[in-house]
Amino acid sequence: MCRLFALTSEEPQSPMMAVRALDVMREGHDGSGVGLFLSDLGGPLGEMKGAPILSGIFSNEGMKRLDQFMIGIGFMTKYKMSIKIPKSPPPGVPKRDVYLIRAYEYPETWEGLSQEELDYRLLMTRLQLRQMGEEGGDMIIYSFWPDVIMLKELGDPLTVAEYLQLDRKELQARVIMAQGRQNTNYAINLYACHPFFLQGIASMTNGENTAFVPIREFLSSRGFPGYMGYQSDSEVFTHILHFTLHRLGLGIEAYKHIITPLQDEDLKGHPQEGLLKTLKQSCRRLIIDGPNCVIGCLPDKSLFMVQDRKKLRPGVVGGRPGLYAFSSEICGLDATIPQRNKNEDFQPMHLDTALVDSERLEVKICSQMDSLPLPH
Amino acid sequence: MLSNGFTTPSSLSVKDLPWQIRWEKDKCSLCGRCAAVCPVHTLELGVFRKRLVSTPDLSQPTPDSPPATVYQTYQGIRQKTDPAYACVGCATCSLVCPNDCIMPFRTDETDKFRFHVNRGGQARNRGGRRNAPDAAQGGLLDQIKFPRISMLTDPALDAGRHEFELRSLLGRILPPEESLKFFHEQGWTPPVREIYPLMIGGMSFGALSPNMWEGIQMGVSYLNEEMGMPVRICTGEGGCPPRLLRSRFLKYVILQIASGYFGWDEIIHALPHMKEDPCAVEIKYGQGAKPGDGGLLMWYKVNKLIAAIRGVPAGVSLPSPPTHQTKYSIEEAVAKMIQSMYMAWGFRVPVYPKISGTSTALAVLNNLTRNPYAGALAIDGEDGGTGAAYAVSMDHMGHPIASNLRDCYLNLVKLGRQNEIPLIAGGGAGKNGKLAANAAALIMLGASVVQTGKYIMQAAAGCVGSEADRCNICNIGLCPKGITSQDSRIYRRLDPEKVAERVVDVYLSFDTELKKIVAPLGRSTSLPIGMSDALAINDKAAAERLDIDYVV
Ligand code: SF4
Ligand code: SF4
Ligand code: SF4
Repeated sequence: MCRLFALTSEEPQSPMMAVRALDVMREGHDGSGVGLFLSDLGGPLGEMKGAPILSGIFSNEGMKRLDQFMIGIGFMTKYKMSIKIPKSPPPGVPKRDVYLIRAYEYPETWEGLSQEELDYRLLMTRLQLRQMGEEGGDMIIYSFWPDVIMLKELGDPLTVAEYLQLDRKELQARVIMAQGRQNTNYAINLYACHPFFLQGIASMTNGENTAFVPIREFLSSRGFPGYMGYQSDSEVFTHILHFTLHRLGLGIEAYKHIITPLQDEDLKGHPQEGLLKTLKQSCRRLIIDGPNCVIGCLPDKSLFMVQDRKKLRPGVVGGRPGLYAFSSEICGLDATIPQRNKNEDFQPMHLDTALVDSERLEVKICSQMDSLPLPH
Repeated sequence: MLSNGFTTPSSLSVKDLPWQIRWEKDKCSLCGRCAAVCPVHTLELGVFRKRLVSTPDLSQPTPDSPPATVYQTYQGIRQKTDPAYACVGCATCSLVCPNDCIMPFRTDETDKFRFHVNRGGQARNRGGRRNAPDAAQGGLLDQIKFPRISMLTDPALDAGRHEFELRSLLGRILPPEESLKFFHEQGWTPPVREIYPLMIGGMSFGALSPNMWEGIQMGVSYLNEEMGMPVRICTGEGGCPPRLLRSRFLKYVILQIASGYFGWDEIIHALPHMKEDPCAVEIKYGQGAKPGDGGLLMWYKVNKLIAAIRGVPAGVSLPSPPTHQTKYSIEEAVAKMIQSMYMAWGFRVPVYPKISGTSTALAVLNNLTRNPYAGALAIDGEDGGTGAAYAVSMDHMGHPIASNLRDCYLNLVKLGRQNEIPLIAGGGAGKNGKLAANAAALIMLGASVVQTGKYIMQAAAGCVGSEADRCNICNIGLCPKGITSQDSRIYRRLDPEKVAERVVDVYLSFDTELKKIVAPLGRSTSLPIGMSDALAINDKAAAERLDIDYVV
């Protein structure tokens, strides 16, 4: 089973903090890959909050095509982070030409666009690049979004991190999500690696979503270009969250009600029985199944953890004001934040959503039995 | 016939009949029960003449030595060979025989009877089923396997211990955005019922005997009220007994309206007195067993009670027209009918059409997706049963359910409306006794609800119909088990309480089996509608057609 670790910290932290936690939990992953999501960035990239950052892996040929394409649209490079990689990669890690992390200046013609339109165009640009990359086999695109860096590579997490010298100032971030992969399908497609990302929303999961096919069919038929990919059954968790926030206009508290709705006996007597019933019925196609622990990051940089309806996976949240971590195993949390009040560790159960917002003062717990705050 | 006599074209020997009676003289006590009970009067008292050769004492021949040949007679049971009385293999004779000395056997070759069941120019009529047991002829559902077993990555669930929510929705479900919007604006949203995914399909009061009907209704009420299983039953076309209409149990009932509108006078009159809304209204446009035919209740079965409920004179055959007479086009008819049915109950009751499986089902479905009131689409495949139909309709008309359903579901997926119009699949589920596996396969192919009828008759009431043209005399009111008879001398054989018990047995065991299927697939939080990745079949063409895995 894959291992998950996420942290949110007042002070920017090195991604190595999360990678080391994965290493502590290494019994549970086979070192076949690592995925990182960094946001609320420190370093120079943190200073250019609005500028979209492109993350991906490119061949030299791909780089040429990228530049041509981006210039064609009018994107100007604002900041380039170069990762100098040693000549030969360690065993298990493929040889790549360029790991790209690059911030852009928006095209002049995009000025004055609404936020929604801007977000849409960023998404479409990423999807176009991804498609070009799939055709040419020369680029893999992870994200193209302000204040977000993503990196995924095959190989043992610690080895990859050292090889790419991730312990550097430019990569420090206040929100870090990391996954150590347990290979469940032999030919590894990097697009199948967690975390998944869509328009400011990221999530990673360990487990298996047995309701994957009907959910994929539902999402793909929404007519939204971002609902695509699905090389992994876990990608739908990100997209369901996106659907909940963007299409339904609901908050994170509603997410559990979408993926694992209350049973009827519990619905009766809930302060919002009518609303929840409506949600349960109309979003029935988004109900997940199987053992799943989901850790995710919202556009406002809150981190959260939820479990499947039967809570078939472990998962813990703990820390101290200013630094909290979400971990699929307690040993990961212990290794990263040994100085904390362990009595306050929280393991979300089948009805809970555990949330640490960007204030990082406490772990907020909301239960599905609670009244659901509605946006006005 | 004498060896030098004449034959008529329809002179058949016992060998030519589909069912042959073996009777054992040694054991028979000549009680006559078998002949009395035989629904088609096949059995009659036979007087057999037998020649014995007796050898006289040749040593002392006398003039009064007995003759060398003596004739004796004995009585026994004889099978008529007149096609009008041909044995139907029901084995009721065996059931009543105290000495186990009589039993029907299927002929070992294609019978000749089939060429003679049209005397007087009357094509063969029967009830029951299509009589196609083998895979090639539609046992496809039995061939579907569920190979996606949760193993290492995913501990399989425990069907006995874990919590399962295996419910389905009946009624039009709006897309999430829309339903939230209507919720906030407090606008009208289509009524939706949460029901158990196995529904008892339309078998009318009239087709079924009062005892059978009562038994099933009692079983369904028990399941709802004592077992917490929201099982629903469709009335079929024939109305509903007045007391049921005015009782709280009406909410478990789906009222069917079909082209004869039988029983609807009574229903309309009962409207002001109804304590509960019915679960739904099913508008029958077609039936899988006999597409293109309306319902048919033959005169034998139209007694006073049936006549009163249906609002017709007793003792006349009641054929429903093949189509609704108001129908100009299905869109128009469906739209109008749906509208008026909604109005009758103040837009609180889901209304949906039922069609027979057809290669034009997609056109119907596409119309329904544009009609915001259509509450579901029920498709009845060719393996559905019926109380009465022409044999040719049953044997040759219609469309198998699996591919019809799959096409419709995938079409809805293309439109992004899967499960918004729930698909109700029927016709053949459990025809070889594997109800749960068949139903699960249909659900994973895209059905929200599965309808069953024949299985209930067999399991809950002991119908002896099989896929080998056994019995199938449901049409003439002589059902040996009292299931489809309106003759109180016959249907008193069936104890409604016992039927109710068996209905409960069937549902409880079905529920266990369904869990035993979905648990290893890692599903428990919701009904796995459209989970086609769990399905496979070892027939390449079928796999391709259904868009599921091919396994060998
Ligand atoms: S099997 Fe049925 S139809 Fe045949 S002789 Fe016996 S009772 Fe009559
Ligand atoms: S019921 Fe049995 S014992 Fe009685 S007459 Fe018929 S065959 Fe003979
Ligand atoms: S037992 Fe009754 S219901 Fe069953 S096939 Fe015979 S006549 Fe029909």
